Amino acid sequence: MERPTGLPVACPLPLTDHPHIMLAHGGGGRLMHQLIERVFLPAFRNPALDQRHDGAVVMVDGLRLAFTTDSYVVQPLFFPGGDIGTLAINGTVNDLAMCGARPRWLSAGFILEEGLPTDTLARIVTSMQAAATAAGVQLVTGDTKVVDKGKGDGLFVNTAGLGLIEHEQRIGPDQVQPGDVVLLNGDVGRHGMAILSVREGLQFESPILSDCAPLAGPVLALLEAGVRVHCLRDLTRGGLATALNEIAAAARVQIDIEEAAVPVIEPVRGACELLGLDPLYVANEGRFIAIVRATDQDRALELLQAHRLGEPPALIGRVTAGQPGLVTLTSRVGARRVLDMLSGEQLPRIC
Amino acid sequence: MKFTDEYRDQRLAKELAAALARVTTRPWTIMEVCGGQTHAIVKFGLDQLLPPGVELVHGPGCPVCVTPVELIDKAIEIAARPEVIFCSFGDMLRVPGTQRDLFSVKAQGGDVRIVYSPLDAVQLARRHPDRQVVFFAVGFETTAPANALAVLQAHRLGLKNFSMLVSHVLVPPAMEAILSSPNNRVQGFLAAGHVCTVMGYTEYEPIARRYRVPIVVTGFEPLDILQGILMCVEQLEQGRAEVQNQYARAVRRRGNEPAQELIRHVFQVVPRKWRGVGEIPQSGLGLAPAYAEFDAERRFGVATLTAEESAECISGLILQGVKKPHQCPAFATRCTPEHPLGATMVSSEGACAAYYRYRRDVAAAGPVQAPAKG
Repeated sequence: MERPTGLPVACPLPLTDHPHIMLAHGGGGRLMHQLIERVFLPAFRNPALDQRHDGAVVMVDGLRLAFTTDSYVVQPLFFPGGDIGTLAINGTVNDLAMCGARPRWLSAGFILEEGLPTDTLARIVTSMQAAATAAGVQLVTGDTKVVDKGKGDGLFVNTAGLGLIEHEQRIGPDQVQPGDVVLLNGDVGRHGMAILSVREGLQFESPILSDCAPLAGPVLALLEAGVRVHCLRDLTRGGLATALNEIAAAARVQIDIEEAAVPVIEPVRGACELLGLDPLYVANEGRFIAIVRATDQDRALELLQAHRLGEPPALIGRVTAGQPGLVTLTSRVGARRVLDMLSGEQLPRIC
Repeated sequence: MKFTDEYRDQRLAKELAAALARVTTRPWTIMEVCGGQTHAIVKFGLDQLLPPGVELVHGPGCPVCVTPVELIDKAIEIAARPEVIFCSFGDMLRVPGTQRDLFSVKAQGGDVRIVYSPLDAVQLARRHPDRQVVFFAVGFETTAPANALAVLQAHRLGLKNFSMLVSHVLVPPAMEAILSSPNNRVQGFLAAGHVCTVMGYTEYEPIARRYRVPIVVTGFEPLDILQGILMCVEQLEQGRAEVQNQYARAVRRRGNEPAQELIRHVFQVVPRKWRGVGEIPQSGLGLAPAYAEFDAERRFGVATLTAEESAECISGLILQGVKKPHQCPAFATRCTPEHPLGATMVSSEGACAAYYRYRRDVAAAGPVQAPAKG
């Protein structure tokens, strides 16, 4: 790769184009994918990892298990609609659900910063317990470390999870086919805007609550009813647009969606307009897309409606053979354009 | 959502497009000056609704894009100092200087923060009396009043640890530079609605007369832009060259006079370098002598720093409407949002970034020779 500044490449192994880790490497966009592809995958390559899913599916004596892990570093620790504890349970539960698994057991690792009020930890643990009960999982093992003051941001949590796959369906991008429909289980953008509003001290007429919620219920309902689910993806970092791009690239299909079909509640739309952000890229913690066989769409929407979280579920688009990896969006005024993946996090525009 | 949905109505958009097709008898080239309009045009795909021959070219109205590379280098130099809290609007952080960008400064320990208002930076200066707080004041006439207010507030509070790195630019001199260029293709302008909210549009009237060019003050929603284009094409077809106001719900002829007074009080008109274009006389704002103590270039001794731009980047031609982003050989290959050669690939208002995000299907056809319709 040519470098604009003519600087010599110092590292014999050009791991990435950046000599230092940037925040954008964790933003869920293109830079994070570069990191995964150039650093992690070459080092750890194996068939389970190569599935490139939110969790791995492994076989043990004829049992199919889903296994995943996720770390939580959110600031602030408490936000409207949840806290780092609810996030740490639901995030990992949802990664398992996206493998089509029934979440069963979780681990929790705490990295605490010296000086953290014990009461804060207790509140977070209480909400983790409540979230675990609601999601039907048990916390069966854990670890605690304390780091010097200034070496952590109050509290970080890592959770890992195990789930059981109780059906014969294969779920993943390789199952996606032209003709499939893209279903979304509710409105997008709440979690990211809830966090941003607290972080930036922005006040809106009606506070925006995080959509943080366990998703195993609606997913298992689809699977148990025999809906042919080809792919599932929760819409966390990078939001809906990133998830669609990842699937289109991995499945080598084109996905066309309708902007007007994607539900976004008024306060989120307003906040996004104000800050120059696009809700399609904003993080969610209780939303997912299910790419299902077109003939199952009505039944699937009914089931999602029965497990409704927020605005009604919607059919937002279709899979076509088209151009592999391309995601297009038909705008509100009826013109079609590319819906791209971001390089890092969305940046607020100037004016 | 109220006040936006009304201006995104699909049926009305189609009606405006049909009206435009009826009045258009030959090709016209129209420049939308503001980057916010460029963003809306590609985001909503408005260029696809235009009749054949009506071509939009994207103007120099993205403040991030026209900030010269040496100013980015100055920002980086200041931001890397341990005593500094460097505050900026978000999209400036990824603009490449000659060696690195502000995000890299942050990754290497610099205290670089995204703020939403210059007054937030003043608050930071109050809260951190032991640190130097610097605000990167970029933008057109739109952001100048708020920046002027921040300086005034810092002055009233007697803050000794607040300063501004000022890179303000003005729209009318840039329009004149484009119109005077021998390469000029622009026959009509959509003037930037938000700039005119502050400044009004009396200063465009002599430009319309002198260069025989219609100028339509235009808003940012899809229907605003389509109506602005329609008004501009109607003028061109009828041989008129007037200043018209499409954005009447926000813009008055004389603008916001108290805001203008504030700008005149705190700033003075200065020559300014535009990235990719070069120096344009009387095209920028700098701090007035009475407020020179808040000038970060002086405070940190970086006023003499100079820098050269990437030779490969054609952003100057793009900002003048001579070339389209996908006509650049580096577009989407050596120049991407992760590794931008020029600022037009950085900001979401930059024409190259907008094409990269929304129009790569056009770009996939490869660089084209003749100017293609948007």
